Amino acid sequence: MSSTSRARGWDVPANLDKDPATVPDPATTPVPEDLRREIEAHMALYPDTRSAALPALEAAQRRYGWCSPEAIEQVACVMGVTPASLDAVTTFYDMLETELVGRHSVYVCTNISCSLRGADELYGAMREAAHEDATFNVRSFECLGACDIAPMASVDGVYVGPLTVADVPQLLDDVRAGREVLPDKQLVRRACADPTAGSAPAAGDTPAAGSSPAADGASAPGGAPEGSA
Amino acid sequence: MTRPLLFDGIDEPGLNTLAVYERRGGYDALRKTLTQMTPEQVLSELEASNLRGRGGAGFQMGKKVSFLPKGSIEKYLVCNADESEPGTFKDRELMQKSPHMLLEGLIIASYAAGASRSFIYIRGEYVQQADILDAALVEAREAGYLGERILGSEHSLSLVVHRGAGAYICGEETGLLDSLEGKRGNPRLKPPFPANEGLYKGPTLINNVETLSTVPTIIAIGGAEYAKLGTEQSTGTKVVSVSGHVQRPGNYEVELGVPSREIIYGLAGGPPPGRSVKCWFPGGSSAPVLTGDELDVPYDFESLAKAGSMLGSGAIIVVDDSTPILELALKTAKFYRHESCGKCTPCREGTNWTVHMLERIDRGEATPMDLEVMASVQEHIIGHCLCVLGDAMAMPIGSMIAKFKDELEAHMEKRRLEYAPVEAAPAEAAA
Repeated sequence: MSSTSRARGWDVPANLDKDPATVPDPATTPVPEDLRREIEAHMALYPDTRSAALPALEAAQRRYGWCSPEAIEQVACVMGVTPASLDAVTTFYDMLETELVGRHSVYVCTNISCSLRGADELYGAMREAAHEDATFNVRSFECLGACDIAPMASVDGVYVGPLTVADVPQLLDDVRAGREVLPDKQLVRRACADPTAGSAPAAGDTPAAGSSPAADGASAPGGAPEGSA
Repeated sequence: MTRPLLFDGIDEPGLNTLAVYERRGGYDALRKTLTQMTPEQVLSELEASNLRGRGGAGFQMGKKVSFLPKGSIEKYLVCNADESEPGTFKDRELMQKSPHMLLEGLIIASYAAGASRSFIYIRGEYVQQADILDAALVEAREAGYLGERILGSEHSLSLVVHRGAGAYICGEETGLLDSLEGKRGNPRLKPPFPANEGLYKGPTLINNVETLSTVPTIIAIGGAEYAKLGTEQSTGTKVVSVSGHVQRPGNYEVELGVPSREIIYGLAGGPPPGRSVKCWFPGGSSAPVLTGDELDVPYDFESLAKAGSMLGSGAIIVVDDSTPILELALKTAKFYRHESCGKCTPCREGTNWTVHMLERIDRGEATPMDLEVMASVQEHIIGHCLCVLGDAMAMPIGSMIAKFKDELEAHMEKRRLEYAPVEAAPAEAAA
């Protein structure tokens, strides 16, 4: 990620003759009914409705694919805030898109633990394989919190790993076909205890409670929270 | 430790559902709390346990609860589930496999703190875990563990699972609060501390997932009993995330005070055959690195601090001898540059210039003096910002410069010679 600003229009001069945007008028700002209801449901959860900014923007992004100026205007209208205040929020967070991107997000973790196990190569292969397909949004991401399956990726929110470059075509094909992505490599399907963990401890009464995917991928469904999600 | 506390039965299929959790004795501690104990008694158990926060700072939980003002003022409890410290994935495991344990701990803590509204701020990337928490929340509410007058007591609690949207800084407690209020996640000036002025300017208790998940155990066995585990200043057990160059990366629950070597080699299997440990982060990427000669340090707060590092979030990242230290430093510095919120100059500029200077080494443009300049940049970041994000880069980078100076200088010289001929050629011709 470059160090330039993610804020839209940061490099164009401001038009000082223009009046600042105010809270959008509900009479002239059409908002789809289901989106409005979802945002209002989030607002109702908090003592201060402004707390709903992130879930509201996430809902708009889910609908439009990115936080477009129109999407932000609609959220601002429902929440009764200025579009600028939501723009400020949008540009701060990595998962909120400030440009039109592919529908399917593939976040490849390239932080320390994953890169020690080949994540940079994986990311390169993923970009290469998906770069002509506009339905994908392949991004390198900071630590996704799954270093036990490094190198890994989050595909539309589903964690898969450990991945090799050879897994890339299958992964993309699964997404294109609307199938579950690499079912055998999904984090939530992984067995908890590594049968070999603690089998070779040093002396003493080392506790042997482990929750580690077996290195050889020998996993059995157990403790998998399928169905509850 | 005869059996694990947090990971006991973590393997059991369906532990994430209320039925299985209750069958294993779940919510008994909450029932005991609400029917037999006063908030003061819960607080004194927490204090007796000497449980230290598992998020990174290691502050005593009981003390933190006691800082909240008494009285009928509206108080908030926020669970920090924005686990983003590189190398850390313990909270993810706990929330995914045993979400009710977190909820039970959270409800007990809210009783001790007198909080009536609670939030779990979970990082946006944990989509599946947030869905699991939401499902558990519905179950708990239907069973009467959440809501008005829980289990017939005077205590009421609402809970919202709030999803973040990708920002490391929101794991910092005041950045988290701003984010939860719907703003950019910029850290606040402290004091006032969240205990006095936190969420919506109200008194707020903020605890990490693992910390809260430990609370039911403390109530069940008693604080004094819990304090017998571990060492005097680091009581209890800790889930350690081990990753990087080890053969069995994963989460392991250990009693605090075990030799680090037993975790890295015994449990996680050590580096691949034929390789050795070059350095390791004991507590996430923000912790100063220790070398392969420092593997026998006991894994607890005070021993790691004495060794010049920290236990942090309990994430061990092992780096073997196949990795150049410059590569590791660059990866680390780039992460903090990306995640700096930009509010404080030393952090914003310091992380940026550290990356530039490290890249200069790789381009053959650096001189040995650059290492001194870089080290002084790190010193000028530490303690000069609103939060510790800048420090979190300065500490590991500083330790890498100090401990691997020879390697960095050799790298510098090698690169300089590789790129030098272009300029050196005319000089040679003149001579």
